[in-house]
Amino acid sequence: MNLDREALKSKFLNGSLGLTLISIALGFLLGALILLMAGFNPLEAYWVILKGIFSRSKYVSYVIIYATPLIITGLSVAFALRTGLFNIGAEGQYIVGAIMAAAAGYFFKLPLILHVTLAVGLAVIAGAIWGGLAGYIKARFGVHEVISTIMLNWIALYLSNFVVTLSAFGSQGTGKSYAIQSTARINLLSDWKISEAGIEFIRNHKILGDILKTPVNAGFIFAILLAVLVWYILNKTTLGYELRAVGFNPHAAEAGGINVKKSMVYSMVISGGLAGIAGALQVLGVSHRIAKLAAMEGYGFDGIAVSLIGNNTGAGSVLAGLLFGSLKYGGSKIQDAMQAPTEVINIMIGTIILFVAMPKLIRLILTILEKRAKN
Amino acid sequence: MEALIKDIGFIIGTTLMYSTPLIFTSLGGVVTERSGVINIGLEGMMFFGAFVGAAVAYYSQNPWWGFVSAGLGGALLGLIHAIACVTFAAEQIVSGIAINFLGSGLALFLSRLFFDGATQTLTIPKKIPLPFSFLFGEGKLFKTAGFMDLVFNRFATVYLAFLLVAVVWFVLYKTKIGMRVQAVGEHPEAVDTLGISVYKIRYGAVMMSGLFAGFGGAAMSIAVVSRFSNTLISGHGFIALAAMIFGKWKPQGAMLACLLFGGAKGVEIFLGAKGFPVPSSLLAMLPYILTIIVLVGIVGKTTPPAAIGKIFDKTNS
Repeated sequence: MNLDREALKSKFLNGSLGLTLISIALGFLLGALILLMAGFNPLEAYWVILKGIFSRSKYVSYVIIYATPLIITGLSVAFALRTGLFNIGAEGQYIVGAIMAAAAGYFFKLPLILHVTLAVGLAVIAGAIWGGLAGYIKARFGVHEVISTIMLNWIALYLSNFVVTLSAFGSQGTGKSYAIQSTARINLLSDWKISEAGIEFIRNHKILGDILKTPVNAGFIFAILLAVLVWYILNKTTLGYELRAVGFNPHAAEAGGINVKKSMVYSMVISGGLAGIAGALQVLGVSHRIAKLAAMEGYGFDGIAVSLIGNNTGAGSVLAGLLFGSLKYGGSKIQDAMQAPTEVINIMIGTIILFVAMPKLIRLILTILEKRAKN
Repeated sequence: MEALIKDIGFIIGTTLMYSTPLIFTSLGGVVTERSGVINIGLEGMMFFGAFVGAAVAYYSQNPWWGFVSAGLGGALLGLIHAIACVTFAAEQIVSGIAINFLGSGLALFLSRLFFDGATQTLTIPKKIPLPFSFLFGEGKLFKTAGFMDLVFNRFATVYLAFLLVAVVWFVLYKTKIGMRVQAVGEHPEAVDTLGISVYKIRYGAVMMSGLFAGFGGAAMSIAVVSRFSNTLISGHGFIALAAMIFGKWKPQGAMLACLLFGGAKGVEIFLGAKGFPVPSSLLAMLPYILTIIVLVGIVGKTTPPAAIGKIFDKTNS
């Protein structure tokens, strides 16, 4: 019995899940310490955050809406990382996806399903090109993907800021593109919501009505399907096997007859396509347009955090994305409720990533604790 | 003709001003990467430095205290990065990403505490001084708004940045400690067998990179502008990182690459002021496109330090 427990414990601690959970706990602990030092009651703050996430169905709906793009950019980063590539460029791939979706959503007039498919499809292509370019120049010219994707992020940002100034695409001087057609939107029940029956329903059904007040959309369903797709490609296809082999050891993969350069390009194409979908879904489901960007919005960078916390897997990205989305949305509540800086969330996320990166430290702490417990 | 000379002076001057924060940070990148540690957290260090610089300059009413504190703030983040990467064998890029979240998170957290819930500081009472302003003006050596004034009447940080390029170059190539840093970045095991601590040198280099990145942030918040705000440092650290690689991991190369990025900004501002009919966003894109083209073109000629990104574990060697 005791042996079983020991075995289970060591499996938990040596496995990534255990280390991740400990890292998350340490992140919360450090967040609490910092709040305490700043003169706030951390328990109260965490209670406010918890209530801000779960106490109303509307909040839960917002958390899911917040989490959706993060899950998908997380999947994007995770996919490239499994091939050993660091896709800092999810941000830029997201932006070009958003541009394409906004353009396709506005310029075309098509029936619903077709319109959404076209907009998402074009966004995938744009993102795939953006990511694939970084993969190609890495494979062909040896330019490190971290640098090329940083450059491509900025090119995407300025490209986006350029297209919103075009008179065909947005009204002059507003810095915004025209809203996409209703047939390109993926919001659920949006017409019905503003019909008389819908208004009546929202008034009478507290929980469901509350949810309908938020921009509920099909994005989350896409995110889950994409997570399954990523899992399937990586674990059940030859391509995925080859990509993972390259990530594990490129020299061995090469020796084993895998075309490493080709794999890099494929990996970045798929990774970029995923980030492009994230941008598209945000436009089709939430913003319905693109606007001038004063700075990077951070969906791609947050996706890196999601991927790392989620241990670079499909399911991990979904869970980490939900965690990040919850903290981001719930964390914003402590500002009004108790004037505590909401940025404690960023500090917590940073801490979690830092500990995730240091399994050696966590094991050391655990060994010390164990020794103490024995004495 | 005179107008043209003035325009050129304006562009050069603005270029110098906008290159400065990048040069500081990029030099930080050179120092850490030459020791074999990737620091993608430069962005967060710069962000934090920009806040600390402005906050301390505001409360102490002395921009120099702000500048020094900004460096120390960056170095503190550098220490965290070093603990993670050098001592605990963390994946360097992952740790750097964590530093970026920590740097921006801490800066905004503290900003809200010290500036009444705002994510920006108040305007600082005194910016970094213009050290040569006594040379310019009515009845002085050079007249106001002339070429010389536009180019050389710049913040002290501008001069410091270029001075630091020379210092880093000298230390890296002409001193024993600089040679050791390079050796650690190329072949840590060999250095270790000579009885020199790889860990100590890497700790020093990574903290130094934080120091410089902190200076870079302050050069933005208390010289180029006169306050910190949440969008002030938005990717500058990443640009500095790219400039360092563009400059082939050399201080002088990094400086030139930073001047290119700063120059694009200078031209952009100039054309904007003149109402020139080229969309500023297309122009702003150019240096990034150029960087990619150049990186593709100089393939084979750039080699990062051999031990970069590799974990050195003394117990293994």
